Amino acid sequence: MTGSVKDNAVPAAMLDRSDERVKHETGVGGAVRGFIDRVRSGDLGSLPVVVGLALIWTVFASLNPIFLSSNNLVNLLFDCSTVGVIALGIVCVLMVGEIDLSVGSISGFASAIVGTLWVNQGWPVALAILAAVAIGGLIGSLYALLYNRLGMPSFVATLSGLLAVLGMQLYILGSTGSINLPYGSAMVNFGQMLVMPRLLAHVLAAVPGAVILATGIRTISRRREANLSAPSFGSIVLRAGAITLVLEIIVLYLNQDRGIPWMFGLFVGLVMLMNYALTRTQWGRSMTAVGGNREAARRAGINVRRIYASAFVLCSMLAALGGVLSASRLASASQQAGTGDVNLNAIAAAVIGGTSLFGGRGNAYSALLGIIVIQSIANGLTLLDLSSSLRYMITGAVLAIAVIVDSLARRSRVSHGRA
Amino acid sequence: MTEKIDRKTPAGELVLSLRGISKSFGAVSALTDIDLDVHAGEVVALVGDNGAGKSTLVKTLAGVHQPTAGTITFRGQPVTMTDPSAALNLGIATVFQDLALCENLDVVANIFLGRELKPMQLDETAMEVRSWTLLNELSARIPSVRIPIASLSGGQRQTVAIARSLLLEPKLILLDEPTAALGVAQTAEVLNLIERVRERGLGVIMVSHNMEDVRAVADRIVVLRLGRNNGVFYPDATNQELVGAITGAVDNSVTRREERRHAEQQLSEGGQP
Repeated sequence: MTGSVKDNAVPAAMLDRSDERVKHETGVGGAVRGFIDRVRSGDLGSLPVVVGLALIWTVFASLNPIFLSSNNLVNLLFDCSTVGVIALGIVCVLMVGEIDLSVGSISGFASAIVGTLWVNQGWPVALAILAAVAIGGLIGSLYALLYNRLGMPSFVATLSGLLAVLGMQLYILGSTGSINLPYGSAMVNFGQMLVMPRLLAHVLAAVPGAVILATGIRTISRRREANLSAPSFGSIVLRAGAITLVLEIIVLYLNQDRGIPWMFGLFVGLVMLMNYALTRTQWGRSMTAVGGNREAARRAGINVRRIYASAFVLCSMLAALGGVLSASRLASASQQAGTGDVNLNAIAAAVIGGTSLFGGRGNAYSALLGIIVIQSIANGLTLLDLSSSLRYMITGAVLAIAVIVDSLARRSRVSHGRA
Repeated sequence: MTEKIDRKTPAGELVLSLRGISKSFGAVSALTDIDLDVHAGEVVALVGDNGAGKSTLVKTLAGVHQPTAGTITFRGQPVTMTDPSAALNLGIATVFQDLALCENLDVVANIFLGRELKPMQLDETAMEVRSWTLLNELSARIPSVRIPIASLSGGQRQTVAIARSLLLEPKLILLDEPTAALGVAQTAEVLNLIERVRERGLGVIMVSHNMEDVRAVADRIVVLRLGRNNGVFYPDATNQELVGAITGAVDNSVTRREERRHAEQQLSEGGQP
């Protein structure tokens, strides 16, 4: 038995290429063919949302050319950042297969806290924001407590949280009903005007490509050293080049108007940080494992409770931060903040972006892509002077399509053995 | 019973020794006064009927359940295992019947689950190399370690689960029904794996329903019945003896057929001059 195995192996075969039954693609062409193969078998990644976004933009641009103007797109980026940060938190809880329905209320509560502490009580603004985010984390740890210790489903725990936190928001705003944040203050400027210097935006747009190139080259050399197959240098240069080109063109176009908002920069920075944490750290691996098979994760020695707690706390903190950002965007903390469609937009954004509702599948970029889709619809319909009734219907349809695409793709993955 | 103590001197040092282990769930006594010894380089098969307490015993050793009474001595030290990671850290690795793999993660991620190298910046290259080394030591055939578990066959999944259990260089490995869900070729493959694990000098406890598999690899066969020890056998014990110990009945369809065959054999031998 052992003998026959050894006979088959090619002497100088690479460690992961010794099984001659498997076909391996190499080089740039191979990378492209591999991508096409993956898509055909249902491993779509971000492809559907990118295609959908292109479709939506084409339709709106043909209906109203202003939609694609730099000015409008910069506005779009401002609007994306607030709910986008909340959606990033939703990605966290969805990764472990749970849900937080109270993110809207938490964001509204956080804006109320900032308004009260900063404007009414005279706290320094930074301290007020810190307090709001910390209280968000406290609410998240309460959910974690209810879920881990009392076995309360997150759906119910956060549903009651939705009501209770909304109540707290109304309570602390009670006497005034709404608090206006002073115009001209740093916080309101950040939410409404502050953009990156043009040159800095170009430099930052080159960073992702450079990072891909650097880590790619390091991976190639490390894998070659370890006698493992390595991706070709060409494919990495191609990827890095393509991403840099796209980002630079976007920056160039947006710089024709005001430029890239700092708030959007903060959002993208958080997305990239979350992406790193989810894919390159033990914590992220544990999150994926808990979402995929909770019992297996527990038996592997992962502290499952702590992972759930981290997801809930992170989600609530990001929701609070999103609330602070939207307060600065609107220059007010009102009773309406965080109510209405904030909740559902945040959840829909994560799902439209490709994070599974059932846990164990998803990535941080889904928050970014999903929120751009949702805000594009809202923005485009506003430009067309259509009522919010239509906006809700169309967003609902897009969400349904996203989930249908996801479940069809999952079926295809199962039949192609990729699940 | 057919205890033949002088038969085989155990392969190596005593790895695990259970004395008087009991476990009850409320009014139900799942295990009563269990004694069990495992030596290094020895495969001990744990057999018994449904509800005999095999899985409960395995889960107790894996730290999933805590015994109600009795002592566990591991490598000469009395130990208590409060949770699965405590057992892992001691050097007791478990391959559960359902394998406990995350289907959405790839082979490398599963092998290193909870034990990742460089927690803040995962060292994928080193983990992949180590995964291939483990799999090659088991002469396993896995097409790629970068595909999700969902796309592997039952035997390949079992292989991944066993490779994972070897990651921490355990002294004892528990296999719960390793061949239950497998086809003929895959069963043979897994039995080969078990022999290779024994060759590495590990103690192996293997729970199985399948007498053929047990006889193929076990050095000793420990029978449980209704949560109690019911005899220790060696692979050359007859089916009749084993089935008798498992069911607690000396007379059943297996033994009757065995007797008939035996009688026929004697008859035919007697018939031919």
